[in-house]
Amino acid sequence: MSMDLVAQFADSALETVDSCTRTDVAGFEEALSERLVEPAIGAPLTLESVTLEDTAVDTDPSVEDFRTAQTGVARAEVGLANYGTISIESRAGGDELVSLYPPRHVVVLDAADIVPDLAAAFDRFESAIRDARESGGPGASRVLATGPSATADMGELVEGVHGPKEVHVLVVEQ
Amino acid sequence: MSRSEKAAEIRRIMGVDGENIGKNARNLSDNASDAIAAFDSYEELRAETRRIKEEAIASLPERIEEVTEAVEENGGHVYVAQDAEDANRYIEGVMDEQDAEHLVKSKSMTTEELELNHHLEGAGYEVTETDLGEFVIQVADETPSHLIAPAMHRSPPDIAELFNEYFDLDEPLSEDPHELTEFARERVGERIREADVGLTGANFVVTETGTISIVTNEGNARKTAVTPPTHVAVTGIEKLIPTVSDLRPFLELIARTGTGQEIGAYLTLLTPPVETPSLDFDTGEYGQPDDREFHLVLIDNGRMAMREDDQLRETLYCIRCGACSNACANFQSVGGHAFGGETYSGGIGTGWEAGVHGLDSAADMNDLCTGCSQCVNKCPVKIDIPWINTVVRDRLNRSNESESFDFLVDGLTPDAEPEGLDVQKRLFGNIETFAKLGSIAPGLSNAAIESSAVQRLLDRFVGIDSRRSLPTLADETLVEWAAGRRRANPDSDREAVLYPDLYTNYFSPERGKAAVRVLEALGVAVRVPAVPESGRAPLSQGMIDTADEKASAVYAALAEHLDADRDIVVVEPSDLAMFRTEYERLLPERSYSRLSDGSYELFEYVYGLLENGAKIDTLPTAVDEEITYHSHCQQRTLGLDAYTTEVLDRAGYDVSTTDIECCGMAGSFGYKSEYYELSMDVGSRLDEQLPDSGPVVASGTSCGEQIAALTADGAPHPIRLLDPRQSR
Repeated sequence: MSMDLVAQFADSALETVDSCTRTDVAGFEEALSERLVEPAIGAPLTLESVTLEDTAVDTDPSVEDFRTAQTGVARAEVGLANYGTISIESRAGGDELVSLYPPRHVVVLDAADIVPDLAAAFDRFESAIRDARESGGPGASRVLATGPSATADMGELVEGVHGPKEVHVLVVEQ
Repeated sequence: MSRSEKAAEIRRIMGVDGENIGKNARNLSDNASDAIAAFDSYEELRAETRRIKEEAIASLPERIEEVTEAVEENGGHVYVAQDAEDANRYIEGVMDEQDAEHLVKSKSMTTEELELNHHLEGAGYEVTETDLGEFVIQVADETPSHLIAPAMHRSPPDIAELFNEYFDLDEPLSEDPHELTEFARERVGERIREADVGLTGANFVVTETGTISIVTNEGNARKTAVTPPTHVAVTGIEKLIPTVSDLRPFLELIARTGTGQEIGAYLTLLTPPVETPSLDFDTGEYGQPDDREFHLVLIDNGRMAMREDDQLRETLYCIRCGACSNACANFQSVGGHAFGGETYSGGIGTGWEAGVHGLDSAADMNDLCTGCSQCVNKCPVKIDIPWINTVVRDRLNRSNESESFDFLVDGLTPDAEPEGLDVQKRLFGNIETFAKLGSIAPGLSNAAIESSAVQRLLDRFVGIDSRRSLPTLADETLVEWAAGRRRANPDSDREAVLYPDLYTNYFSPERGKAAVRVLEALGVAVRVPAVPESGRAPLSQGMIDTADEKASAVYAALAEHLDADRDIVVVEPSDLAMFRTEYERLLPERSYSRLSDGSYELFEYVYGLLENGAKIDTLPTAVDEEITYHSHCQQRTLGLDAYTTEVLDRAGYDVSTTDIECCGMAGSFGYKSEYYELSMDVGSRLDEQLPDSGPVVASGTSCGEQIAALTADGAPHPIRLLDPRQSR
């Protein structure tokens, strides 16, 4: 993983997201807590380096929590250095819902998952979808998100529609 | 509808929708231009998307089989609906089977085509649109005015008034877009949480894996697809593409051309049924993964027949980004409520309307395409949108009933068109015949044309607006003038034929004479033989057979000159565009290539001469004289406008250029009484860019006439500035 790619991702992401923080495993929990507005819900990160256990994030939210939570924390499976886009997989842990319902989305991205562009990301998606369909496991569905939700339908650009209004990215470097 | 009724309808829609449509469409179009200019891979990816669509449509029956297999293997259902009724019945069946009462929808033009909401509501179901623009339209009980921005015709104050009235709010909403968005989001959000079934469209469907892709900014499609346990995706069969990696080039382009974003905020790639648990806000329970239901409803509704249609097939490559609407000067004035049929609007809309609802549904909107070609370079799948409009116009011409005054024109016109062709179209399409006749006694013809009695008759019976002044015939045609003079540079190695286009030859020979003298001053031996009209005039009226005959005649007249290595130099950009673009469809491939490769726009040619050693100072030059140059729409599409600017710059002019592409006149369009006011509205945007005083030059004849109508000063062809014989 070249450092350049992480820096490029951070630069691109900042065009559309509210913050992009580079941190390491030791600094992760503090960086995360700075970005949380409670109540916060999350989906299990499925990363070896960092977890949401022992944080203020509830990873087993009730249905009602989706209406009231202020922050949703979910892992990005891939980050695109050129667009600052992140990809959220659809998983049983509710990643899609957690990244969609609360007004603030905190994205956890492993620096190793940053790829240069959409073409590189699609190489991954193609094999992930194939594997998922063969094994019946997760990986067949995802959303590529770039910045907050937005609309111009009311006459000018407004951020924060059905999806989050604010997006904060934590890039975890090993 | 009579011409005056049509004019009144356009005036009404321009008044109600025009301002908001104009502002929003131009904003999107400018953003798209910037995004395209900043993207190095644009042409490469367009070639890729085009190839993928061509192959996908060619193999459509196999693709349908493949996707059915894949979706069923994933645990979903596929239904191929033959028509709207079939599709609506199936979706109603899903509602019934799920014991559902309420369906939420994300934006889908295809369901507008089906009139699904109407059907479901009639069957007693509740339907809520979740895209905020569609929500506004639903509340207002209107039709979308744009493919991707359905409420584009409404301003924030309009929307506030609508909501305040409809929802009978105690505390009325202000005009603040943030407040309006907040309000609509809350209303719609609640409906999504209560819904039993979520219905989305699909921008693309991958047949190999059953993956559907939805491009949105609001996030409503995401919520709609995953919150309720049942997801129905409805889409046209043309949205099928073979592999996951085939998606990428489309996703790189669709937001750039549509809104000018690098990439849409949300690119959803779902291979349903998804792993995400559904949420039941009523019971507070998560849905069980196994309870998820997915239905893919693929709509034929005329598409298979479009696939068999050599001319309309291209329409199926459309990814509905809306770029052609945004780029279109007429659309910017009237929007989709005038430039639209039953469902679809804008440039490509005529192809869709003709294909799914039938020719008649495309009739009212079809003439609004002037063929200016501003949409051509904006289309992410390289669809020749002006050609589709020409084909639809040709078919409409053939389906018309005879009109009572046809004999006035029919008797004079030797065209290849059917009886019943609109008399106005027949006149403009055969303008060469009338010019020829008139030029036998130009003084007499001009006197007749200028008489107010004749103008009133033309207005009433032919639909030529009497507020326009008609061009007058020259005493001597360019060809006659050239035949009577001695040719300069007889021994020169460089020989050129100046193509005597219809307007230069009969109406404005001065610019042709100037062109001949400039080329001669630069060392070229110039001939001006008699060559027929290019076919642009009949083609613009949808008279394809007549245009085809003209193309053959032009080629026949120029073939010997091409064989003799004479360069063909063209003054009128719309005729050069014929040679370079439309002739590909009208001539055998070899003839097309020879003529296309051997012909040049006048300033493109002059630039070439200067680059090859000719000296600019053999022509009259200026010292920092300010000049405003308006290029021609089709010249811009071909990328040829820069030559004029460069040559004038070398000749010492301080050149400012307009960036409004279309002047609104567009050949005959602005003369037509039903479109006169629209033409002037489009022209007013050009007028804003013209100087209060100071000279303006324009490459196109009709651009020059429009500028004369807008400013009272004419705009001669820029070659006149370089004419060695000019009186300065």
